[in-house]
Amino acid sequence: MPVFALKPGYQGERMDRVENFGGNQIVYFGWDEHRMFCAAKAFPLPPSMPFSAVMDQILPEAFSQHPEFSQINWDTVEWMLNNEPFKPQLNVSLEAQGVDHKSMIRFKTPELKGYNGLGV
Amino acid sequence: MAAKKLNIKDKYRLLTRDLDWDFSYEDPKKAFPYEEFEGIKITDWNKWEDPFRLTMDSYWKYQAEKEKKLYAILDAFSQNNGHLNVVDPRYVNAVKIFLTGVSPLEYQAYQGFAHVGRQFSGVGARVACQMQSLDELRHVQTQIHAMSHYNKFFDGFQEFSHMHDRVWYLSVPRSFFTDARSAGPFEFMIAIGFSFEYVLTNLLFVPFMSGAAHNGDMATVTFGFSAQSDEARHMTLGLEVIKFLLEQHEDNVPIVQKWIDKWFWRGTRLLTIVAMMMDYMLPNKVMSWKEAWEVYFEEAGGALFKDLARYGITMPKYADVIEKEKEHISHQAWWTFYTHGHAAGFHTWIPSDQELDWLSEKYPDTFDKYYRPMWELAKEQEAKGERFYTSGLPQLCQTCQIPMLFTEMDNPNQNSMRDTVYQGERYHFCSDGCCDIFKEEPEKYVQAWLPVHQIFQGNCGGPEVGDILSDFYRMNVGVDNMDIKGSPDEQRWNKWKGVA
Repeated sequence: MPVFALKPGYQGERMDRVENFGGNQIVYFGWDEHRMFCAAKAFPLPPSMPFSAVMDQILPEAFSQHPEFSQINWDTVEWMLNNEPFKPQLNVSLEAQGVDHKSMIRFKTPELKGYNGLGV
Repeated sequence: MAAKKLNIKDKYRLLTRDLDWDFSYEDPKKAFPYEEFEGIKITDWNKWEDPFRLTMDSYWKYQAEKEKKLYAILDAFSQNNGHLNVVDPRYVNAVKIFLTGVSPLEYQAYQGFAHVGRQFSGVGARVACQMQSLDELRHVQTQIHAMSHYNKFFDGFQEFSHMHDRVWYLSVPRSFFTDARSAGPFEFMIAIGFSFEYVLTNLLFVPFMSGAAHNGDMATVTFGFSAQSDEARHMTLGLEVIKFLLEQHEDNVPIVQKWIDKWFWRGTRLLTIVAMMMDYMLPNKVMSWKEAWEVYFEEAGGALFKDLARYGITMPKYADVIEKEKEHISHQAWWTFYTHGHAAGFHTWIPSDQELDWLSEKYPDTFDKYYRPMWELAKEQEAKGERFYTSGLPQLCQTCQIPMLFTEMDNPNQNSMRDTVYQGERYHFCSDGCCDIFKEEPEKYVQAWLPVHQIFQGNCGGPEVGDILSDFYRMNVGVDNMDIKGSPDEQRWNKWKGVA
């Protein structure tokens, strides 16, 4: 049952359809086991944005406040896109590599386990 | 001969039975259109027994006496500069959360019970809901009145009603009540009357009001006691409703169980903020959140659910997850507000060393392992002159609307994230509990007004966060928010107390 309503067949208005974001789509980014950031962060991004721009602009904006950010070895980073393993291609747009509206991108840094190795 | 005076029992009977009328030419289903669509079956409303048998004249008499006492104490508080008796200006920030986050819920409860007080065809239940509606209106009035004194001396109180509809973290309590109020009348009663008031509000009113007393806040203690005397009646109404539904028809049992599961989960998510107030915002602490949860839910709630077992009702789904979360949620919530202290309507701070030690003692299995390191990092940053305010905006849960800050209980270093796709669109959740609630009624939750997404849609002014805070939320940026250290609140306090 999609809803219990007085009116049969009642449908709600989808508030967060991609058309409502002025040409952008929402993408979430999370750095696993780094709780200095209380939650993953949301960004409105053009679907045509290449992943290199995510690396150069978005991730530093989201996570460079962490003392470990500058030590990340990006070659060993493990990525997940919507719970599936993911290999970002730098010169390909988000859209062309399957990053759609309200996609969740998470990454793990095997050598870095948070402040003093404690997941913070 | 003078007319014989009616006794209370007769008065109540005449009010709740004789004052009603039968529908001779109108279809009762049209008069009470909300009564059936949820699937609840009522076979005989006459089986309804009002637990208090309250009549209007006795209601006015009791409530008027309470008001008189309450306002006398509030006047004395005001005339004697009662704000100077609180132990520490940090405490007042808990009162700011109460005024912005809790008092508007009393108003929502008033509206909800007024609505339900029209929708039941059983007159006893209608009258009980109307009385409760009046209580809730009185609660919001007395709370605003009590806290208005603090508004004269501290920042952050001035726009509470405007903020309720707009501010990101206030979407959490607001959406809780709009969810309940947009449900059918029986679900509303289970949501608010039973799950919230009977099972969970003791956690708000008892330990938090004791906290107010321990911290010298007699205004809050006074309205707390005044409201608590009504709460006993509300809790009894909540329990009466659930027993009535369960006794009326066996088909009601699975529906009621589903609502208990849903509203227990939503309620405990909402109470995260109370956990944080108790563990972090009370300078003189009464008991830890974990202790309060054990006393008021695990013991008292456990006994209640044992009592309901004879109807086939079981403990709420995911009570086992919540039992583990009691070790974590207060710390995770205060860290979230500390790191978003630039976007809150109140001040935040790093706990003192003494407070960190109290937390270690109260949470021996978790605090030093998972949470003390956060504060060590925060202290390092602050010492470097880089007090940590996080950048950007967080991902929110589609159901509870809380930033997705909760972690997995088998790996407390990892945030808990769930998602589902409904009609081609992806939705994210903080927990299995919130994900299940969405899947049960997706058409309801696809409409969630998620503050972060609304900001990105351009519906909250901006585009800069500072503009949203000042123009859309009406916060005085740099005055109402940021760290308590160096704030105008702290400076005034030091002046009053003669501290350099």
